[in-house]
Amino acid sequence: MSGSVRVVFKDRVAVVGVGQTELGKGLPDSELLLALRAIRAALDDCGIDPSEVDGLSSYTMEPDREVEVARNLGLGDITFFSQVGYGGGGGCATVLHAAMAVATGQCNVAVAWRSRKRADKATRVWAQTPEILDDYLQWTRPPGLLRPVDEIAMLMRRHMHRYGTTREQLAEVALAFRAHAQGNPGAAMHGRPLTLDAYLNARWISEPLCLFDNCLESDGAAAVVLVSAERARDLPQPPVLVHAGAQGLPRQHNVMAAYFSDDPTSDGPSSAAAPLLWARADVAPADVKVAQLYDAFSPLVLFSLEGYGFCGRGEAGAFVEGGTLGPGGRLPTNTAGGSMSEAYLHGFNLITEGVRQVRGTAVGQVPDADVCLVTSGECVPTSALLLRSDS
Amino acid sequence: MSPADPKMLHATLDDPLTRPFWDGCARGELLVQRFTASGNVVWPPRPMDPVSRTLEHEWVPATGEATIWSFVVAHPPLLPAYAEFAPYPVVVVELTDHPAVRMVGNIVAAPDAAIDSVDPATITIGEPVRVVFAEQDGITVPRWVRS
Repeated sequence: MSGSVRVVFKDRVAVVGVGQTELGKGLPDSELLLALRAIRAALDDCGIDPSEVDGLSSYTMEPDREVEVARNLGLGDITFFSQVGYGGGGGCATVLHAAMAVATGQCNVAVAWRSRKRADKATRVWAQTPEILDDYLQWTRPPGLLRPVDEIAMLMRRHMHRYGTTREQLAEVALAFRAHAQGNPGAAMHGRPLTLDAYLNARWISEPLCLFDNCLESDGAAAVVLVSAERARDLPQPPVLVHAGAQGLPRQHNVMAAYFSDDPTSDGPSSAAAPLLWARADVAPADVKVAQLYDAFSPLVLFSLEGYGFCGRGEAGAFVEGGTLGPGGRLPTNTAGGSMSEAYLHGFNLITEGVRQVRGTAVGQVPDADVCLVTSGECVPTSALLLRSDS
Repeated sequence: MSPADPKMLHATLDDPLTRPFWDGCARGELLVQRFTASGNVVWPPRPMDPVSRTLEHEWVPATGEATIWSFVVAHPPLLPAYAEFAPYPVVVVELTDHPAVRMVGNIVAAPDAAIDSVDPATITIGEPVRVVFAEQDGITVPRWVRS
């Protein structure tokens, strides 16, 4: 399909370095120091001197501005810097923007990262909601739809009603990611397997979602380095090509409480991103050997499976049955444990795990993982990446 | 839902665009925003019509008849003012005469009843409800009772 569209950056830019700090709760380092550690590790991973970095890409929610990162790490003159909004929807877009900047010559060595200290309950954003609301939240929060989990639960209930999706099917998501985490010693839930019985008996958070439908709250940081594919072939790690990427802000969207569009269970953010993503790619969903799907809440994984075309609308519940997403499944997903069982870094650890899978160096390596789809959050303006091996 | 509790969340009354909606609630009328040029009814309210790209609009009464589109039942952790009623349901209703309008609200047993006054186990998607109004902290809000 790529013949019908102008493809500027396909396979022309590669992720060459990945870095990640310890992930966990109560880490002593500041968010800035965590960011610096992750970026330094990513540069060490590819053997590029920090003074060569001339591009920076991050989230608008990133507290540490480019200037702090640049002057601490001794970066050179920065000629491209960009931030992407909407929290967990922006992760893949930070890498996409970096790749576009390298492909168009706006910079040569780009770094994207996320640092986050959110393990402490006092940092919960929803708990800081002002009493008088003058923005879009005034139409949803006052009746008691207070938290992100409530907003997602509303759409999941509708999905269940419309398509017959069940809690047992939703449990497949949580159980699969927990099973992957058992192979990752760095995962928060390593050594703590989850059973269907425990899932079904867990306490409610916002019915129909229970405790295990929610991601973790974590501290940590992760970073990636991108350069041209040509240069990547001279660096120590196997190049991971940015094959395609897309952002998606669907028409008549409302952030998180996405109930006001024409058909909320089928016109979510992935429906805006997916057509461009696949049109730019030489691969199709059936070619994806491993996936990293944004999982702040388990329903988002079902929405992404439908939105990116792994199954039809309303069919994700049936698609995940029988361990599809788990170790050895038909579509191993969130292979380091993801946001629900490894750590929640607004999805950036999904990107670093996607790179490791395509390199062939993941702790839970999927055989022949030459194509990986990475997605960012549903129910917010989103983004996605297709990563591919250089062979 | 104690009106004296300062920690309940509320919409602002200071936005000239949305003030007619709240003034309507205070009179016992559920109003929706309709753009004059296109006749397009939108929710939530906004300055510009996404169909005609014009600004002129009016607030027209809805019948207040609706059906439940979806609902959740919120359990702790919650903001303190809400936690005392947990678990409580929150609904999205679809207006019968304006199906493009879906509003987030509370289903209650009576206009002034607490947000946990309807047993969540009895709520079903598609069941009919109608609007009622109650004052909370000086602002009259729409709520929903079984019709």
